[in-house]
Amino acid sequence: MSVIKQILARGSSNTLIWPILTLLALCLLNLGFNPHFLAVRVLDHHLFGSPIDILNRAVPLILVGLGMTLVIATRGIDISVGAVVAISAAMAAALLGGSQAFAGGWSVGAAIAAALGVGLVCGLWNGVLVAMVGMQPIIATLILMVAGRGVAQLLTAGQVIPISNPAYLFVGGGYWLGIPVSLYVAVVVVAATALLLEGTALGLFIRAIGVNPVATRLVGLRANAIVFWVYGFSGFTAGLAGVLISSNLRSADGNNAGLLLELDAILAVTLGGTSLLGGRFNLAGTVLGALIIQTLTYTTYSIGVPPEATLVVKAVVVLIVSVIQSPTARQWLLARLRPHAAPARAPL
Amino acid sequence: MWRPPPCRHVNIDAGAGAEMSEPAFRLVDDERDGPRVPIFETLAVSKSFPSVRALSGVDFRLFPGEIHALMGQNGAGKSTLINLLTGVCAPDQGEVRLGGQAVHFCSPQDADAAGIRTLYQEINLCPNLSVAENIFIGRQPMHGGSRGGPINWAEMRRRATEVLAGLNLSLDVRKTLDCFPIAVQQMIAIARATCVEARVLILDEPTSSLDEDEVARLFVVLRQLKQRGMAILFVTHFLEQVYAISDRITVLRNGERVGEYWAKDLSAEQLIEKMVGHNRLGETLTRTVDTKFSMPVVPDSPQNNTVAQPPPLVSLEGVARRGMMQALDLEIKAGEILGLAGLLGSGRTETAQLLFGVERADAGSIVVGGTSRRFRSPRDAIREGIAYCPEDRKREGIVAELSIRENIILALQAKRGWLRKIGRRQQQHIAEIYIARLGIKAADIEQPIGLLSGGNQQKALLGRWLATGPTLLILDEPTRGIDVAAKFEIMLEIRELCAKGLGMLFISSEISEVTRISHRVAVLKDRRKIAELSAALANEDAVYKLIAGVTE
Repeated sequence: MSVIKQILARGSSNTLIWPILTLLALCLLNLGFNPHFLAVRVLDHHLFGSPIDILNRAVPLILVGLGMTLVIATRGIDISVGAVVAISAAMAAALLGGSQAFAGGWSVGAAIAAALGVGLVCGLWNGVLVAMVGMQPIIATLILMVAGRGVAQLLTAGQVIPISNPAYLFVGGGYWLGIPVSLYVAVVVVAATALLLEGTALGLFIRAIGVNPVATRLVGLRANAIVFWVYGFSGFTAGLAGVLISSNLRSADGNNAGLLLELDAILAVTLGGTSLLGGRFNLAGTVLGALIIQTLTYTTYSIGVPPEATLVVKAVVVLIVSVIQSPTARQWLLARLRPHAAPARAPL
Repeated sequence: MWRPPPCRHVNIDAGAGAEMSEPAFRLVDDERDGPRVPIFETLAVSKSFPSVRALSGVDFRLFPGEIHALMGQNGAGKSTLINLLTGVCAPDQGEVRLGGQAVHFCSPQDADAAGIRTLYQEINLCPNLSVAENIFIGRQPMHGGSRGGPINWAEMRRRATEVLAGLNLSLDVRKTLDCFPIAVQQMIAIARATCVEARVLILDEPTSSLDEDEVARLFVVLRQLKQRGMAILFVTHFLEQVYAISDRITVLRNGERVGEYWAKDLSAEQLIEKMVGHNRLGETLTRTVDTKFSMPVVPDSPQNNTVAQPPPLVSLEGVARRGMMQALDLEIKAGEILGLAGLLGSGRTETAQLLFGVERADAGSIVVGGTSRRFRSPRDAIREGIAYCPEDRKREGIVAELSIRENIILALQAKRGWLRKIGRRQQQHIAEIYIARLGIKAADIEQPIGLLSGGNQQKALLGRWLATGPTLLILDEPTRGIDVAAKFEIMLEIRELCAKGLGMLFISSEISEVTRISHRVAVLKDRRKIAELSAALANEDAVYKLIAGVTE
């Protein structure tokens, strides 16, 4: 009991404690069903095992989640990331020569660059609508969410394009020094983002915009420009995720690539302790949130939840985690645990 | 729940022609009240809020066929009185009477149903709907009459055109509202308010967004409504408009009624005196020399040195923006405090916003260090060394959830750009300097600034701007809503900064505060500068006289 109390009390000061605990609990659950859950073997000079598998599969969500984190920190939202994933995957596949719509035959480097570029452009388009035109973020990105699937289908001519270029497949499915390449990508992007935000003043500016855009303008910040580039960044990370997903699945599917990824990304961001009200973000939390979602998906399969019940189980777990993370609910729980103590400090 | 007494208001309407003639009006005078009854009155109403007694024992009368101005300074209780009349809140004591009967409105809807229409400063209509829809929304004529059915569009348009014609407006009622200028929209709002059984029209600062021609048009309409027997209550901060339109004036001060006067019997000076209170004179006299800022520290005081004056730090030359500020000339020198005095709505904050680039001027130029500039954003102004502590600390100043440290370094960091981040240790150092220097009381510099008291927040904002090393500091209401001690400390700090050569534009709604601290005072009225007083001449009386238009 006292442990719970301590955890509950500390939870308000350290936002990372909840995602960490959730992840640990999921791992313990898995260990209960499968004692070898955490075992990692070397097979054919490659690392194999559930943890590697989960990490590897979580990479696209981590990347998209990073972009989403910053967008949400500015008090916005980007629900077009799933569609951008599809566009970028379709772009790469088409340029590599799988589609009837394009002659194809581009080099791998050029195809990847084009896919990333198109992701960036998509993000900047959202940025124009939100920061320059002044549209509500959810509406602005809804446009691309709907239209983006259409663009992706045009690029793939309505087909699922198979990709066979070995160099391209290496990015999302290959191994280097025994570790999946996509993990390197994730580490580099997360580190670069953290450096960009904390090594410069951008992190502070983004949080300030999220809390009080009016005051931010009055201190002489170009809030619009910053918001514009934040959406651009979100598009870029979605483009990168598109490359990894298409490479991993060896195909680009305009309809299904990145389907509902925007919702998982928003979930990862919130599980990681970033406030949907803006002004606060936590990159490490988002990474943990993405890992939680991926582990949860893995768990539902591994412990034998029937496929038709998977989504319900997922929803219940998310509900529990969200309730525990809410300061109001936590105060309520604390008050129940020590009925004679003075009323707890009001949440900030 | 109040129900309209049958036919009473119809009588008023029917008799409008005969009864509204001038002689009948004389009866309003107390001793000659005669048979005439106020349509809407309050009897000794009081209202308290947790921390303040907003109204105590206020009698107020509104007669049919008159335009009545409600006057008072900020916090005098005007809004509370209007809220009582319109059912937004209920009086603690006393009663509100409509047509001689006590009424208890539970909501603005009740008041509306009883024929009391209120128009606020902002137009509460839908810009995306047609004029006809705006007038009849919620009471659209139906094909099936009161039983419903589809909307009878033809009927609605016909009646809308008719109502507007009654106000001397002829326009295409099928066009959307946003096709029309603000004044016409305001008129349409009046049409909506008056088209159905209105007996009382309450206008809360209806003219603040209008220019002179538009005001004149509005007044024509108000006089027509008055002729028809409507009782009109008018709240404004523009003194000239009060005299242009109103028959009687009720003055409130500190939640009490000072009196009810015929507009023609009360001079503007008397009116201001009543609004401000008599003790103001005593206050002015007791103001001692030592509270006045000692002049010698100003190296270039105009009196001493008329030959070779240094160029002003910043000067505004004919800076104007339509609907906001008329052409304005101001000069601020280094080491000088220029005070801006004026009533609410006189253009004080607007001046600051134009100078800081928050709003773009559409005429004139701002000269900084001898070069003419155009500020398109605060960024441009900051680059020229200007800093601005805005009026609305919560909304425009603090970033509540960020720490004190982050709030203090924010403007400096913004000035340096995102690439040249101020290191964490240096941030702490800067924050600590200003916390110590300004005496900010905080447990921890990592505490969110939103948790501090108003005075400490204000000091932190002052620190935020001082950290940028400005040459001109604009302070808009720096002492509003903070306690006396903090107020005093901030004023001391302002003087000290000024002695070090910082130029300052000081804005406050407390005119005594402005005259006490400033070297020169520019007096604003109705969005233009009407005078400039040197420190020797600037006192509260002089300023009020200027505002009232009294020349000696």
